[in-house]
Amino acid sequence: MNVISVFLQKAITQGIPLLFGANGEILTEKSGNLNLGIPGLMYMGGVAGLIGAFLYEANVANPIPFVGMLISVICCLLCSALGALIYSVLTITLRANQNVTGLALTTFGMGFGNFFGGSLSRLAGGVGQLSTATTASAFRAKIPFLTDIPVVGELLFGYGWLTYFCLIITFALSFFLFKTRVGLNLRAVGESAATADAAGINVNRYKYIATIVGGMMAGLGGLYFVMEYTGGTWVNNGFGDRGWLAIALVIFARWRPLNAIWGSFLFGGLYILYLYIPGLTRDMQEIFKSLPYLVTIVVLVITSLRKKREDQPPASLGLPYFRESRG
Amino acid sequence: MESNIMIEMRGITKHFGSVVANENVDLTVRRGEILSVLGENGSGKTSLMNMLAGIYFPDAGHIFVEGREVIIRSPKDAFDLGIGMIHQHFKLVDVLTAAENIILGLPGAMKLDMNQVKKDVQQLLDKYGFELNLDAKIYEMSVSQKQTVEIVKMLYRGAHILILDEPTAVLTPQETDKLFQVLRNMRAHGHSIIIITHKLNEVLSLSDRVSVLRKGAYVGTVNTCDATEMSLTEMMVGEKVVLDIERPDPVNPVMKLHVDDVTVYNREGREVLSHANFEAYTGEILGIAGIAGSGQKELLESIAGLQPHMTGKIHYRNRKGHIKELTEMSAQEIREIGIRLAFVPEDRLGMGLVASMGMTDNMMLRSYRKGHGLFARRKEPHDLAEHIKEELGVVTPSVDWPVGRMSGGNVQKVLVGREIASSPQVLMVAYPVRGLDINSSYQIYALLNEQKKKGSCVICVGEDLDVLLALCDRILVLADGRVSGVVDARTATKEEVGLLMTSEDKKEVQA
Repeated sequence: MNVISVFLQKAITQGIPLLFGANGEILTEKSGNLNLGIPGLMYMGGVAGLIGAFLYEANVANPIPFVGMLISVICCLLCSALGALIYSVLTITLRANQNVTGLALTTFGMGFGNFFGGSLSRLAGGVGQLSTATTASAFRAKIPFLTDIPVVGELLFGYGWLTYFCLIITFALSFFLFKTRVGLNLRAVGESAATADAAGINVNRYKYIATIVGGMMAGLGGLYFVMEYTGGTWVNNGFGDRGWLAIALVIFARWRPLNAIWGSFLFGGLYILYLYIPGLTRDMQEIFKSLPYLVTIVVLVITSLRKKREDQPPASLGLPYFRESRG
Repeated sequence: MESNIMIEMRGITKHFGSVVANENVDLTVRRGEILSVLGENGSGKTSLMNMLAGIYFPDAGHIFVEGREVIIRSPKDAFDLGIGMIHQHFKLVDVLTAAENIILGLPGAMKLDMNQVKKDVQQLLDKYGFELNLDAKIYEMSVSQKQTVEIVKMLYRGAHILILDEPTAVLTPQETDKLFQVLRNMRAHGHSIIIITHKLNEVLSLSDRVSVLRKGAYVGTVNTCDATEMSLTEMMVGEKVVLDIERPDPVNPVMKLHVDDVTVYNREGREVLSHANFEAYTGEILGIAGIAGSGQKELLESIAGLQPHMTGKIHYRNRKGHIKELTEMSAQEIREIGIRLAFVPEDRLGMGLVASMGMTDNMMLRSYRKGHGLFARRKEPHDLAEHIKEELGVVTPSVDWPVGRMSGGNVQKVLVGREIASSPQVLMVAYPVRGLDINSSYQIYALLNEQKKKGSCVICVGEDLDVLLALCDRILVLADGRVSGVVDARTATKEEVGLLMTSEDKKEVQA
C-alpha cells in the first residue's frame, strides 16, 4: 500500500474522535451553552468505558467481545452524561459562569481519567499490563472481504463500527438541527433565549437535554480513542489535546455538522503530518502539530472579515438565561 | 350590548416598590374595534397592557375576557386567551427566516415541512393584505418588515385581540399608512386592536375610541368622533400643578452654544434628530421637552461629542469670547473646555457610574489621568466624595460603599454632584429627577439653579411638563426628532407645550 493511502486512512482514524467531540459541542452550543468541559468529558467517557470492560473481563471466565463492548459503551455514555449534568446544573440552574465551569470540568475530567486509568494499570499489574483486548476486538472488528478490495478497501472499510456510527450521528445531527421543529426550537434557544421563551419553548429543558446528549457524543470520542485507536489500554494523557482540537473544529466547521466531517479529516491529517515528512527535528514536529490551530485561526479571521451572519456563533452563546431579568 | 365586550379590566392597580404604575384603572375593549390608549410618558399605558399580555401580574383588580374572569400569569396564558402583544422591542431570532420565526415553538409534525408552513402563512398574509417575503432572514429586514413578522406571528397563533406598543414610533409615514390599512382589515375581520400611542393625529385617524391615562390613573374614554386634538391634549396633560420651584432671572445672558443644523442618524441610517437649530445662553436653564425617544439623547450626545453619525455644526463661545467649533473636537477635548453631560438613562447606573465601585472610585473616573506616572491620586477624589456626601446629604455608610447598593436618589446625587464639582461651563442633565422622591428632586433643582446663578449654561431634559415650566427659562420642544418650537417657560401653558410635543412631521420622508 502506498504512503498516501496509509496517510489518508490514519488521518480519518485521527479525525473520528475530533468529529465525535465536535458533534457534541455543536449540539451543546446550539442551545447557547459553551461547554469547554468537552475535553474533560472525552477523558471521562474513555476511562469509564475502559473500567466497564476491564471489570467485565476480569470477573468473567470467558468474556464475550460483544457483551464487553456493550458494557463499555453504556459505562461511557453514563459517565459522560453525568459529567455534562454537573455542567448543566451549574450553568443552567445556578447560572454559573460557563467558561469557568467548563474549564473546571475539563481539569476535573482529565484528572478523573488519569487517576482511574492509572489505577487500572496498577490493578492489572503495572504500567503497560492493562489490556481489555477482548472488548477492543469487538470495537476493532471490520467487515470481512470488503477490506480486501484493492486500493480503496482499507481506505473505505478499514475501520471499526464507531467510525461509521460517528458519520451516521453527524448526518442525523445535521438533519435534526436544520430540518426538524425541535431542531429549529433548539437553534432559537441558542440565538435568543428570551424570544424562545416568549414563543412557549421550555428554554431550560432544551439546554439540559442538548448539553447532556452533547456530552455523551463527546464521551464516545474518548471511548473510540481508548478502544479502537489504542486497542483497549490506557496511557496517561495519551488522549492529549484532541479535546481542544474538537472545540477548534466546531469553529472551523462554522457550527455545521457536515462541515465538521471533512474538517475532522483535515485536522486529523494535519495532526499526524509530521510523521510523514522525513527529516523533521523534534522542534519542527511540534510546529507541525500546531497546524490545526493555525488553520482554525485563519478560518476565524476569514469568517470575521466576511461578517456573514450565518457563520457566526449562536448569538446568546455563553449567556445565562433568567426570565425575570428581562425587565 | 354586553356580548360585544371582549375585554374588561376593572380596578387594576400595579405598584413597583413605591412607584405607582397604575391606580384603579378601568378599561373596556369591544369586539372589532380599534382602541387607542393615550397618555404621556410614565402614564402607565405600557404596564397596563403588559398585565393583559402576561408580563406583569396586577396587585389588585379583575380582568374579564368575553365576560369570564381570567387570571393571566404568563405570555402563554395570554396566547391561550387569544391576546397577543407586540412589544416595542421585537422578539425575533435574527438568523432565522420570517416563516421559521412565525412557527417557532408551535407543536406539529417532527419533520419540518417548510413548504406547507409557508403555504399556511401565505393564506394568512393574503387574508389581511400583508406583504412579506417568508424566506427572508430577519436581519435582512427593515423595521417595518420585522413588525409585520411579529403581527403575523401573533395572528398565526390565533390571537384575535392584538396589542401594539407604539407601533409607529419606528416607521416612516408610508409604512405607517400601510400598517393602518392592515389594522383596519383586521378590524373588518372582527379582531379587536389596542394601540398604545401618544401621537394625536394617529389616534384621530385610526381609532374608534380613545382611553386616556394620566400618571397611572384612568382619566376617561371618548369616542374618537367626539374628540379633537385640543380636547385630547387637555385630558392627557391635565390641570396645571402649582410647584414651588425657585426661578431666578438670568443675569446678563450671553450666547454660549449654537447648535447649527445638526442631524443625527441611527444605525439603520434613519434620522433620529433632524436639522436641529437653537442657541443656549449663560445663566439660563434651557429645558428640553418631548416624548421619550424624540431625539433628546442624540441631541445631548452630539454636543458632548459622543455622536459619531452626525452632520451640522456646534459652535461654543469660551470665556474670552472666542467661538470654537465643537464638532471638530474629541469628546475628551470637549470635556476639558468645561462641557459636562450627566445623562441619567432609565438604568441610572448604566452610563456614568460603576455600580460595584464606591463614591471615591467613581469620582476617580473623571480624574484618573491626573497623578504621577503609574499611580493615580486618591486623595482629591476622596475629598470630593466626602464633600458631595456632606453637601448633598448622600446617605451611605461610607464613601467606599458600592454606589450600586445606594437608593436611586442617592445615586443620582453622586452623579450630578460629580459633574457639577468640575464647575462646568455647560451642564447637561437628562431626567435628573427620574425616580426620586420630592425632597431629593428639590435638592437637584436647587443644584441646577446654583449652577445657573454661577453663570453656567444649563440644559435639562425632563419629562414632567409642570416641572419644566416652573424650573426653566426657555423650553425647547422636540417632536419626532425635529425642534417643533422654543417657548418662554414663564408664559407658556402646558397645553401649548403638549401640542408641540405631539405635532406631527408633515414633511415627506423617503422610505
